[in-house]
Amino acid sequence: MQEGTDPMQQEFYAIAEHLFSCLQGDEVALCSFEGEASDFVRFNHNAARQAGSVTQRDFGIDLIRGRRHAEARIALTGERETDTHRVEGMLAELRERLPALPEDPHLLYATEVRSTEKIGDNGLIDAPEAFGQIVAAGEGKDAVGLFAQGPVYRGFANSLGQRNWFTTHSFNVEWCFYLRDDKAVKTDYAGFTWEQAELGKRMARAAEQLALLDQEPKTIEPGKYRVYLTPGALLEVAETLSWYGFGLKNHRTKIASLLRMTEGDATLAPGVTISENTGGGVAPNFDMHGFVKPERVVMIEGGRFRDHLVSPRSAKEYGVETNGANGWEFPEAFEMEAGEIPQAEVLARLGTGLYINNLHYINYSDRPACRMTGMTRFATFWVEDGALAAPLNVMRFDESAYRMLGSNLIGLTQERSMILSSSTYGGREVSSFHLPGALIEDFTLTL
Amino acid sequence: MVVGLKEHFQQVLPASGFCSLRAEHERNEIIHVRQNVLQPIQTFEDEGGMVTRIDGGGYGYAATSDLSAAGLRGAIERASQWARETAGRSVFDFSRVAMPHPQGEYETPVTRAWDSVSLAEKIDLVKEQCAKISDDERIADFEAGLWYSRTTTRYYTNEGGAARRVIHRLYPFMRVTAAAGSESQSRGFGGNPGGVCLQGGLEVLEECGWTSAAPTLSAEALELLAAPNCPTGTMDLLLDADQMFLQIHESIGHPLELDRILGDERNYAGTSFVKPEYFGSFRYGSDLLNIVFDPTDTRAFASYDYDDDGVAAEKLYLIEKGILQRALGSIISQTRADIPGVANSRADGWRRPPIDRMANVNLEPGSASMEELIAAVEQGVYMKSNTSWSIDDSRNKFQFGCEYGRMIENGKLTQVVKNPNYRGISSAFWNNLKQVGDRSTVRHMGATNCGKGEPNQVMRVGHVTPAALFAGVDVFGGD
Repeated sequence: MQEGTDPMQQEFYAIAEHLFSCLQGDEVALCSFEGEASDFVRFNHNAARQAGSVTQRDFGIDLIRGRRHAEARIALTGERETDTHRVEGMLAELRERLPALPEDPHLLYATEVRSTEKIGDNGLIDAPEAFGQIVAAGEGKDAVGLFAQGPVYRGFANSLGQRNWFTTHSFNVEWCFYLRDDKAVKTDYAGFTWEQAELGKRMARAAEQLALLDQEPKTIEPGKYRVYLTPGALLEVAETLSWYGFGLKNHRTKIASLLRMTEGDATLAPGVTISENTGGGVAPNFDMHGFVKPERVVMIEGGRFRDHLVSPRSAKEYGVETNGANGWEFPEAFEMEAGEIPQAEVLARLGTGLYINNLHYINYSDRPACRMTGMTRFATFWVEDGALAAPLNVMRFDESAYRMLGSNLIGLTQERSMILSSSTYGGREVSSFHLPGALIEDFTLTL
Repeated sequence: MVVGLKEHFQQVLPASGFCSLRAEHERNEIIHVRQNVLQPIQTFEDEGGMVTRIDGGGYGYAATSDLSAAGLRGAIERASQWARETAGRSVFDFSRVAMPHPQGEYETPVTRAWDSVSLAEKIDLVKEQCAKISDDERIADFEAGLWYSRTTTRYYTNEGGAARRVIHRLYPFMRVTAAAGSESQSRGFGGNPGGVCLQGGLEVLEECGWTSAAPTLSAEALELLAAPNCPTGTMDLLLDADQMFLQIHESIGHPLELDRILGDERNYAGTSFVKPEYFGSFRYGSDLLNIVFDPTDTRAFASYDYDDDGVAAEKLYLIEKGILQRALGSIISQTRADIPGVANSRADGWRRPPIDRMANVNLEPGSASMEELIAAVEQGVYMKSNTSWSIDDSRNKFQFGCEYGRMIENGKLTQVVKNPNYRGISSAFWNNLKQVGDRSTVRHMGATNCGKGEPNQVMRVGHVTPAALFAGVDVFGGD
């Protein structure tokens, strides 16, 4: 029996081992684990709105007999006897369900045993103390946002003997300093080792940027403009592209947003290369079927579509190799290659146009054409002759990726930002985006 | 489900301040058939509880899946620590809130229970729907499914509050995609972000039209594949209920959430163009606009008896004859802002604290039949089934896309058009509300995926709405 070094890991392996000991005949079981022990402080006007802690442990079972299988997920308590009872109960239910299920032609799971373990260092400080430092650094400012921290766990075990474990101890403070109405500067501080001095530096930089917003805002007419998207703004475009863009299943069923790249002759600009860089990201390198992911999958190379993200189910269905993509075939370590424009020259190269720090609420407005609409948000500036001239009131855009990252892309910056996901739907997400900024001409603003 | 929960809680109650326990047990089952292949059936059995403490003016919470007395003791200690740590440095003195101590029992009325039908029969039912989808070679993808959930919530407070509710929800889905080359068009049952979601048992499937939807969706997907793009112009716009629900959701529901108005959401979901002084006088829309918060409709997706802070839920007007009356504000936000609200403190499960949310936010029906709505249009477009939605930070500048459009000329439906989109500004749009459909046009709609809050929460919301007609809207098509 493998025990592991992390208490949560030991708990998961022990419960999984117990489940494997209950298997009958030629049954195979895959077990997965997602857990965390998180502290959250939501704040507004630089004061606490809701502060609390959440501990969760979700245990997944896939019971397989031949080509038939049944899956379930249950919440564990951390109390061994209770959890053993729950797992036994669910195993019995799945076993009873199997005869009612047809054979699954797309079932695929790893049969080659490849065990891995990655346990990150704990460089966090006590959560209330960290919150105290945030409030102190934001004194005098209208600060609003969320502080989140704590360990996040992912695990896999199968009855063939494979064991995979991942623990990371991370924090993420994402906040806005507000000036008035919708004029604000959004910043974050995320990582694995908390440093008060770094927090102070980022707070001070945000305060400096806030001063730039303290002018009469400019309103512009809809039309085509030259724009610069910071990495933070490009993040929203990248997240939208990730949704329907790269998965094999989406392409084969003709619902992909980048279908015109695989079924037609559409291209992005030659400088655009996009990868799933698991080796350089923060996500675990194994999936919930036991496959260990390659270091890198290149989806777009030199503006042309290269490889899909392929889940085990899609691999089986279409007869190709899986690259360990999740069921949604959504990237977890999105990376866009850098370009040629030095950050220091961005304003001069922009000349007259919009400097967009943040975008908001993007959605496809014509998915087969990969056209997307969204809003500018927070610190967006009107730039004249290479200098910030005035903050800009929010504008709606509606633009195709084939234009903004294709025919109308002037260039990408040499410098890139590593952005750790701050998403906390259901749990704290472990994913990242590594992005440059993008200078674009004839960007369509509509409202 | 953990037994003896109330006793466990009472054993470990703190000596001072407010303390509540909201324990939830939820079972989800999803049966999904795609391209005639049964996908792995999703079963999620979840159970845990959240302790909330208000003490010394501070507020703290702790969520745990360990509902033993020892587990609850630990959670209460952690929540109490957070209340102490935030006392005196919170947005508000939380001890000013008169937290209720409710008593009650509620369960969704069900006539054909989910568990009364075998798994094999339910799988067959979903497969039957897929079999009704056209076998035209241009159909590139098709799927159908059922998502059932049963949520049992037990709520206890330190002064004897004890309420229990059991909610049964059913979300039937179906989607057909037709493709030719790199062009594809999809039609979904209820549109893209969920659409048709209801409370009840299997009896809702025929009521809502799921069992008869497949042939129409197939035909419409193929029709769209051959259709021209929606033209660009300013014209009348007739929205069917499966688009109206999201228009209400985004441009009325969210801007009326009091926590947005108080600024809590400014870093994430956004703020609101609605100012505190607007309540009681602001003209939000035309005289035909009557919007209610109605948690009493037993079929609607987000009905309940008490909210997650124990406040009794009742039907109330948010907007009456176009004038803004009250906010979507919970007891805590109401006390902070001194603005009238509703019982809408809701969490998406035991792992998250409650915040101001929509439940069922509905447009009251008017008097026009669908035929009368169409006949009232000289030049316009009819749109149904949402597929795209986007709105700005303060909920003003919106853009929506629908799956299916059809031109209206001289009071008659004419050419089918693809990629129908429209854009506008919230209050101006609602002031152009020209006619509201009658009860025959009403549908129970909703969404399973409303994102908001920090930490993030995905909420189930309901919208019961008729079709409606708007004047002078900017419409356009795809590339």
